[in-house]
Formats: sequence, structure tokens, C-alpha cells
Amino acid sequence: MKQIRWTLWVPLALFGAFFVLVASQLMNPASTTVESAMIGKPLPDFALKPASADRPGLATSDMQDGQPHLLNVFASWCVPCAAEAPQLSALERAGANIVGVAIRDRPEDVAAFLAQHGNPYSRIGADDLSEVQVGIGSSGVPETFVVDGKGIIRYQHIGDIRDQDVPMLLEKLKEAAL
Amino acid sequence: MKRLLFLIAFALAGPLSAQDSLPPAPYAYKQLDDPRQEAEAKALMETLRCLTCQGQSIADSDAPMAGDLRHQVRVRIARGEKPEAIRAWLVERYGEYISFKPEVTSSTWPLFALPLLLLLVAAFVFRNKLGKKA
Repeated sequence: MKQIRWTLWVPLALFGAFFVLVASQLMNPASTTVESAMIGKPLPDFALKPASADRPGLATSDMQDGQPHLLNVFASWCVPCAAEAPQLSALERAGANIVGVAIRDRPEDVAAFLAQHGNPYSRIGADDLSEVQVGIGSSGVPETFVVDGKGIIRYQHIGDIRDQDVPMLLEKLKEAAL
Repeated sequence: MKRLLFLIAFALAGPLSAQDSLPPAPYAYKQLDDPRQEAEAKALMETLRCLTCQGQSIADSDAPMAGDLRHQVRVRIARGEKPEAIRAWLVERYGEYISFKPEVTSSTWPLFALPLLLLLVAAFVFRNKLGKKA
């Protein structure tokens, strides 16, 4: 029998490698979260009107008061934002100063959302054109940023805050206060 | 027939709960008055990635955030900003990922080099095979 040249196996091996690559990427899709490139940079200049009747609006200068803040990007129409409400309340009880940026929201919807899920915010700005959201490099709701007392963005948490994230965020706030 | 109507109603009703109720930003769907500026804005919008539907450009996407970004682009172009300056402003916020323009960089060069390499290999194989027969 004639000896088969080993090089004949190369195309099959290449196809096999290609198949494994495609299958592994299909089963393990790459992360779709877009991280902000603004960590370590100052907040952009903005002044948002109040998003609800019982809290003042939010401006950059409100976060340059020497105290670290949690800046929570949320919306009344966002389901995971409702899911993280208990964790935000826990953070507030632990002493965090939380300010809100409500994305594309109507005052009456924000009021109903806060009445149902609690209001952990000291201020809430209405970001009707997603300008502040884009300004801080946030790509969705909910997201939570740790901002230090000089208004520098120190940390970004993407997605809803789970139970295990509460101590982590408190730690980040403590680091931002140093 | 009734069941079919129900099914259609359900299919249409689903996404409403997860959308905001504000009208689109002023320049999300409205073109700029100056056609030259609008063409500039359009060209830029086609090369910026929508952050909600990441396989689409903001020109192609109906996501609210894409509308807000189109508004930003048009307002900035109307103000006289250069398209590449607007792209740089967004890259500063979101990283290179937001740029939807194919560019040869240290991480993308294989995408451009591989087809050329494969063409060369194919040409080489063809020449060898055809050469033998002749």
C-alpha cells in the first residue's frame, strides 16, 4: 500500500482547529459590557434639573464637596433597577451618600418608582438626552459610579447591585475618601 | 382567527414595558438643515457603534440611546465641530470599541493580513498543480 503523505492531514487539522475555535466562542460568548474609559478622570460639567418633586437636581459642583458619592444611573422603566433597590437602601443605611441620574424618564414615573421601591437618593437629576450618561462613559442602566470628594470618577459597577456587591462598594467609597 | 389576533397582540405588546416613555431627542430622527453638515453627520454616525445593539451603528439602530447619540453628533456638527474630534470625544469616554470604523491596529492587523496570505497560498498551490500537469 502506498504511504499517505502526512501533509494531507493538514487541511483536516486546520478545519478541526477552526471548528473548535468557533464552537468554544459560541458556547462562551465574549463579554458584551462596555467599560467606561473615564475612571480616574473628573466628571464632565453638567447641571441637571430635578427628576422628581421631592429631591433637588444634580450638578457637578454637588459632588465636589469633599465627600465621596455613589452616582447611580437608573430609570423607572428599567427592570434590574427595581431589583437593586433593596441593595441601594442597604448602602444608604450604611452611610453612603447616593445621588441618582434618571435616564429618559418622566417626573410622574420617577415618583411612582420611588414610592414603590424606596428613595435612597439625596439628589436626582433628569438626564433626558442621556448627555450625562454619555459624558461619564456609561452604556446602560443600571450602573453605579464611585465619585470622590473632588469629583473624580474612581470606580464603575456595571449592572444591578447584588447583595455581595454592597460591602465591595462601601470599601470603594472608603478608599475614595482617603 | 381569534387566537391568531391574540398572538399578534402579544407579539406587539411585549417590548413596551422595557422602553422609556420620553419622545426621541430633537435631532435623533430629524436631519440638519444644511445638507453638507447632514452628510458629514451621517458619515460619522455610520461609523459609531450603538452601545445597546453592539452589532449596529447608531445610524442603523432604533435604541433610545442611539437616538440620543445621533442627537449629540448632529448638534456638535451643527456647532462646527469636526467629525474626528467628536469620534475622539466618544473614544475618550468608551474606548476604541465605540468606533465602528475598520482600522488597522496592533490587534486588528491579522484580519487584513490573513486574506492576502491565503490568496498567496492559493496562488502558490495553483501554480504548483497546474505547473505539474503542463
